[in-house]
Amino acid sequence: MSVADITVEEHLAHDDHEHHEQSFISKYLFTTDHKMIAKQFLLSGIFWAIIGGGLSIIFRLQLGFPDMQLEWLRPILGKWITEGGKLDSEFYLALVTMHGTIMVFFVLTAGLSGTFSNFLIPLQIGARDMASGFMNMLSFWMFVVASIIMFISLFIETGPAAGGWTVYPPLSALPQAIQGSGLGMTMWLVAMVFFIASQLLGGINYITTVINLRTEGMSFSRLPLTIWAFFITAVIGLLSFPVLFAAALLLVFDRSFGTSFYLSEIYINGEALPNVGGSPILYQHLFWFLGHPEVYIVILPALGITSEVISTNSRKPIFGYKAMIGSIMAIAFLSFVVWAHHMFVTGMNPFLGSIFMFLTLIIAVPSAVKAFNYITTLWKGNIVFTPAMLFSIGMVSFFISGGLTGLFLGNSAVDITLHDTYFVVAHFHLVMGSAAFFGMLAGIYHWFPKMYGRMLDNRLGYIHFWLSFVGIYLVFFPLHYIGIAGFPRRYYSFTSFDAFSTFGDLNAFVSIAAIITFGAQFIFIFNFFYSIYRGRKASQNPWKSNTLEWTTPVNPGHGNWPGAIPTVYRWPYDYSKPGAPDDFIPQHIPYSQTPESNLEYEKELAKNEEASKVNEE
Amino acid sequence: MTYLVIGLAVLLVLAILYATFRVATLVGIVKGEGSKNVPSSNKLQASLLVVFLILGLFGFFYYSFGGLDESFVNPIASEHGVATDRLFWITMGLTGFVFVVTQIFLFGFAYKYQFKENGQAHFYPHNDNLEKIWTIVPAIVLAVLIFSGWRTWVDITSSAPEDSEKIEIMGYQYSWAVRYGGNDKKLGDYDYQKIDVVNQSGIDFSDKASFDDFIPTRLYLPKGRPVLLQIRARDVIHSVYQPHFRLQMNAVPGMPTRFWFTPTKTTEEMRVETGNPEFDYELVCNKICGKGHFAMKYMIEVLEPEEYDKWYAEASQNPWLKQNSDYLAHVPEELQELARISSGIDSEEDIESIDNTIASINY
Ligand code: HEM
Ligand SMILES: [Cu+2]
Ligand SMILES: [Cu+2]
Repeated sequence: MSVADITVEEHLAHDDHEHHEQSFISKYLFTTDHKMIAKQFLLSGIFWAIIGGGLSIIFRLQLGFPDMQLEWLRPILGKWITEGGKLDSEFYLALVTMHGTIMVFFVLTAGLSGTFSNFLIPLQIGARDMASGFMNMLSFWMFVVASIIMFISLFIETGPAAGGWTVYPPLSALPQAIQGSGLGMTMWLVAMVFFIASQLLGGINYITTVINLRTEGMSFSRLPLTIWAFFITAVIGLLSFPVLFAAALLLVFDRSFGTSFYLSEIYINGEALPNVGGSPILYQHLFWFLGHPEVYIVILPALGITSEVISTNSRKPIFGYKAMIGSIMAIAFLSFVVWAHHMFVTGMNPFLGSIFMFLTLIIAVPSAVKAFNYITTLWKGNIVFTPAMLFSIGMVSFFISGGLTGLFLGNSAVDITLHDTYFVVAHFHLVMGSAAFFGMLAGIYHWFPKMYGRMLDNRLGYIHFWLSFVGIYLVFFPLHYIGIAGFPRRYYSFTSFDAFSTFGDLNAFVSIAAIITFGAQFIFIFNFFYSIYRGRKASQNPWKSNTLEWTTPVNPGHGNWPGAIPTVYRWPYDYSKPGAPDDFIPQHIPYSQTPESNLEYEKELAKNEEASKVNEE
Repeated sequence: MTYLVIGLAVLLVLAILYATFRVATLVGIVKGEGSKNVPSSNKLQASLLVVFLILGLFGFFYYSFGGLDESFVNPIASEHGVATDRLFWITMGLTGFVFVVTQIFLFGFAYKYQFKENGQAHFYPHNDNLEKIWTIVPAIVLAVLIFSGWRTWVDITSSAPEDSEKIEIMGYQYSWAVRYGGNDKKLGDYDYQKIDVVNQSGIDFSDKASFDDFIPTRLYLPKGRPVLLQIRARDVIHSVYQPHFRLQMNAVPGMPTRFWFTPTKTTEEMRVETGNPEFDYELVCNKICGKGHFAMKYMIEVLEPEEYDKWYAEASQNPWLKQNSDYLAHVPEELQELARISSGIDSEEDIESIDNTIASINY
């Protein structure tokens, strides 16, 4: 096939002669092997998920039990616990800010795309590795730098960034306004710059690999939906992350070099600042130009994984393959023209509000199509409930529940009351947070055998699923009610307002559910690490799946396939084809070998296959 | 000591859990679970999904229709609130229906089509008509939502009626300051450079409309009359939010914003309606603005129009300039006389007596 391919094959042959051992450093640290890089991203993602989740437990304690003594947290939080044993109200904001940043960017962007795009793209399209292994390695290490900086910022004297994960200026620009906007914010910005670089390096690689390194026969119309999702996600990222970079850069200028991009007519701490002519709204436009596509960067890979898992375990083709691709593309396109629905009440021109309401509600159509297609895929299936399958079903359920509330928020007139309340918190935690998180878990359960050559324990998987699934609904569903009642988000406590004196019990309930749900994740973490070493040995194709990764050895080495890369003859969803002896026909099986199950037009293809074979010989 | 005991207890529990897990695993191996096609609990999982569906839907309906201790729907106290709430409930009806139906199908199909030993899935890759239907139907429904939402939105954001009460409201860390136009019902200019400890709003006294402006300690509103809030912020972004009025607009430094609406219930009436004699409208800050964000409250009082007029006339007797008459010095020479007259400062003596004593009112 391509040039890159040939060189790798030569390299392999050469390996055979010398059998040189890779050093620990080049195998596990500065590796260029996409599978190892994927695992690196996965482990970092798990690390960050524990941190991000842990932060949320601290602030849930505050919200659920405002009178609780938190003295016992002093060993970790130090001076952020006040004299009276309470959480500091400024640190509360730092906690929500870092929770959001970590979850959205470090877990659900880097952890999700980083793991599965890296792992699955070469394996499923039939490539030996990424187009550029070196860039791939660079992408991971940029992420490590970003992670280290962000992590250290948690511990500095003035605290980490505290202006919300969207870091709107002027709050984020003025250390006078909040301590977190001092060094903590600087570190946030620097970390994000590295993060963006990492995303771009990764994204370019994913795109190039998908376009150039597909094995013979793997046309775009035969790509698994996972790959379609990763591919489009990478395109979205490539187009939107640079805009976040621009926004961050201008913010750096405003903070450090006296410019006035976002600052105007500010009087703070007894001082009138010289800045005039800037616009805080400009920042919001730039931020959400990334921010909205970002939510799809998070959800599309999860949807891709879910498509694959649901189809495999329903033993049925995914319903409406073409419509699924179409809706991914429609969502990708529309995601760039809806950003200002986050800004209906910022004072933006109401006419723009009308336009963005219109465009926003359109995006619900392709989203709905996806949901309907998943449900129809289950219809008349022969469903196997592996843990991965359960997580996928849960994912679809969350996606529906959370997606529907988008129709309230996208309606600018209704959003007047709902904006920045707990209703929004409920919306995005279900549709993005939980759905993407479940997609990620489904992926881990499904591809763990390919990653580590062993199986995860099913029983623990089920317990993990049920505790998480029920737990997440118990945490986030009640927030709708609290939001409709008008409770604002990012509030340290609700005691100052009569209007918010209610729902104390419900908040306590939510906090308890959150703690249990968080605790349940440790079952998974145990399962994960235990099974890496002691799990049951996996067979080559444990789920009887059609995609190419299951044609590699149980523990694929460098270059993935020991011999030639298989050629692809069919789409990845030939499950339960009438006439076929098995209920699955992998992609590398030619039509000429399956005369009993070929459809009309496939018979033609089978003949062509025969003919080209003869030609080759 | 207690920590040690707790630590040991936790360790013990973990050890027991681990032992249980090991035993279960070994039993599983003996039973040969790993080699089966399908997880041995396949049926159980399918049933649990249905149990979850039923319990979940029950909980959803129970809590949505009064199962909660508190009501989660705030009584509406503005004209446009009626329209936005209607839209809200229409959307709720539609999405609620879709929510219930799709979840039933999702879990129901999962249960119904669970693995059966000799079962065969139906090879059903696509059906163009079905797909067209569920593209077009949502599109039409959404078009209706968009259209009605758009009309309401345009009404709400249209320019305020000529005769509306114009009130300035300024957010700062961590409270609000409101300003009324005084006798001439015109708000004077402001300039952020003129802000100081006393002149918190930065009133610009080179504008003669500012002489009679007054700054009360509450936001008073007339029932039944359109009110135009002229919103700004002094330091960071805040947001003027009032759930009962279904009112929200950000307060942005350097970019004045506005929101107009008509209150429909006085504070007294709301006390009766809510059965809470202590009820007060509260102005809430709803954009993260720093340490005190959660306590950035300001009281609102809605009065009958006559009461409001009476209050207004009284308050106009006491313009800010009169209370802080040394700010006369900021008034340009040629306007001094006018400033005295419109703010009601009679003579030089007054200045001494009143002076700065009331500065604290403006907190
Ligand atoms: C049916 C399609 C959807 C519509 C119409 C929709 C609409 C909206 C609107 C209008 C907002 C702004 C609400 C406000 O701040 O007042 C919002 C917030 C949000 N949405 Fe959606 N949404 C949809 C689907 C999604 C999906 C699929 C995701 C993620 C995967 C998502 C993630 C978010 C997030 C993260 C926020 C909150 C950001 C923040 O303020 O911190 N939404 N959505
Ligand atoms: Cu959005
Ligand atoms: Cu505020």
